Amino acid sequence: MEKFTSHTGVAVPLKRSNVDTDQIIPAVYLKRVTRSGFEDGLFSAWRSDPDFVLNKPEYVGASVLVAGPDFGTGSSREHAVWALQNYGFKAVISSRFADIFRGNSGKAGLLAAQVDEKVVQRIWDYLDEHPGATVTVDLESRTVKAGEGPEAIVDSFDIDDYTRWRLLEGLDDVGITLSHSEVISEFETTRPSWKPVTQH
Amino acid sequence: MGKTLAEKVWDEHVVRSAEGEPDLLYIDLHLIHEVTSPQAFDGLRLAGRRVRRPDLTLATEDHNVPTLDWDKPIADPVSKTQVDTLRKNAAEFGVRLHPLGDVEQGIVHVVGPQLGLTQPGMTIVCGDSHTSTHGAFGAIAFGIGTSEVEHVLATQTLMQAKPKTMAVTINGSLPAGVTAKDMVLTLITHTGTGGGQGYIVEYRGQAIEELSMEGRMTVCNMSIEWGAKAGLIAPDQTTFDYIEGKPEAPKGADWDAAVAHWKTLVTDPDATFDEEIVLDASVMTPFVTWGTNPGQGVALGGVVPTPAEFAEEQDRIAAEKALEYMGLEAGTPMRAVKVDTVFVGSCTNGRIEDLRLAASIIEGHHVDPDTRLLVVPGSVRVRMQAEAEGLHEIFIAAGAEWRGAGCSMCLGMNPDQLTPGERSASTSNRNFEGRQGKGGRTHLVSVPVAAATAIRGTLSSPADLEA
Ligand code: SF4
Repeated sequence: MEKFTSHTGVAVPLKRSNVDTDQIIPAVYLKRVTRSGFEDGLFSAWRSDPDFVLNKPEYVGASVLVAGPDFGTGSSREHAVWALQNYGFKAVISSRFADIFRGNSGKAGLLAAQVDEKVVQRIWDYLDEHPGATVTVDLESRTVKAGEGPEAIVDSFDIDDYTRWRLLEGLDDVGITLSHSEVISEFETTRPSWKPVTQH
Repeated sequence: MGKTLAEKVWDEHVVRSAEGEPDLLYIDLHLIHEVTSPQAFDGLRLAGRRVRRPDLTLATEDHNVPTLDWDKPIADPVSKTQVDTLRKNAAEFGVRLHPLGDVEQGIVHVVGPQLGLTQPGMTIVCGDSHTSTHGAFGAIAFGIGTSEVEHVLATQTLMQAKPKTMAVTINGSLPAGVTAKDMVLTLITHTGTGGGQGYIVEYRGQAIEELSMEGRMTVCNMSIEWGAKAGLIAPDQTTFDYIEGKPEAPKGADWDAAVAHWKTLVTDPDATFDEEIVLDASVMTPFVTWGTNPGQGVALGGVVPTPAEFAEEQDRIAAEKALEYMGLEAGTPMRAVKVDTVFVGSCTNGRIEDLRLAASIIEGHHVDPDTRLLVVPGSVRVRMQAEAEGLHEIFIAAGAEWRGAGCSMCLGMNPDQLTPGERSASTSNRNFEGRQGKGGRTHLVSVPVAAATAIRGTLSSPADLEA
């Protein structure tokens, strides 16, 4: 997984609350056998509407999603995170995330930045005035930033220390465990000879 | 202070522990099937990783496979893709696979024990919730998610917080005609579907000790149905006798060393559990479900409950919804419920002992003309053994369908499915809405009840055949 320090990208206002994982990626897409290519299913029910925000030309190439509260509720499917990442999103900003979604995000390298509800509203207002503008999410200083000069919106976001560390280091679960591979190898030398193996 | 069996097995597998972090647990055996593994392998590929211990990994095809025409290409494109992907991944990563058509193919939880790979004191995981089956041998065995499958493939370990322990003691002896399945269905109705949440459960007591390995597997299999993380039973002579001589069982001096260790795998007399439940087997009777979760059960001699009888509001609402889905009237005697399809099979009751029991009841009878009976061995080996014993002839003569090995009608993922509104008596483990096919209505039953129901066309026990 890639290290995440700071990211600046085109931000999309998703003015909905309670966006659940079925809306992020409907169940029909779960039959796939890969971990990539889920971008076509992202928000698929809404994307058939030409007025849906992601279909607007100014948001092509967007990589920061600014969503309403309770983002990622519903079933625990990891595909929701993959779909956002496959589409190109690096960070989601919301005032509240569902626990499992936030956990899955941290594990997969998608930054879930939790900010005050007022901050979401201010960024939405800013994006309404400047469609296609970029937003910066800086993990090192735990801040989101939009706009320039005295009008700029700069505020802090919440993320737990452990997840922040993993994202900064680019460590997924397997990577963390592999950092203990010497201990695992040592343990394996104590395995009794009578324990079964599947290959001889 | 002494340790429980679960604590002993757990502690033997801790690779690393640190304050405030979950334990890093070594995994002795990783079982794989086609549904939950593709993205795990793809994850390895994307990260340029390999399988750390292919020699502790075994794959089989079960959920998606057809039980008819299994020598032809799989018709359903999604199923075919999953099966093909498993074959490709197994070849690429060097994992032993028993594909459709192979003599060792079958349901992953039937194959492990019959190969002798499931042994006491092991840690066993699989991307499937019924991995708890293997606990019957005194192993810690539990289901994991796809990202954990990837983790085990890459590291042969798992990060796990140590669960709490519970003892379920079942005293007395089961009456004749009452089986392990009735025992576990009774337990789940007693505890509710969330009663085991967060626990590794040790089943003990006279009635458990008297069970065969097949019966013990049936009990441990359904641990997940009352929410437990895993269920296990202390290994004893019954366990050792079952394992001895199996293809992957220890041999010679290794056998002696293994048995000597296995004998230490019991809960110490002074060990304490976080929770205890005690039941009496001698009062148990054939037990069936009436609703849409495994905790909605009642004695076969009982009636469909009235929702108002439930003290908790949420249980009342659940019962109302279940009765509507199941198309049942409160107060109807369970024995009056007409069944369209009987399914004998699955990792709960698809082993040779189950088929022998079914055949012994069906022999000399004919399946009710309005009912169909599907008999599906859990593995190719079980099918071959049954055919060697002539069991298939008994089934076929009675008008049953004798099928190839797989999960079959346990879940609506392969061609064996109920049609909307169709009612089944099933020896499997889940009666959720749509589990056996969209709109299908499932009654979970034991093997003897399934067999007698097939003959009479209504929910029945073998005793009803004599009446
Ligand atoms: S038989 Fe049923 S419960 Fe068992 S592994 Fe197959 S689908 Fe799962």
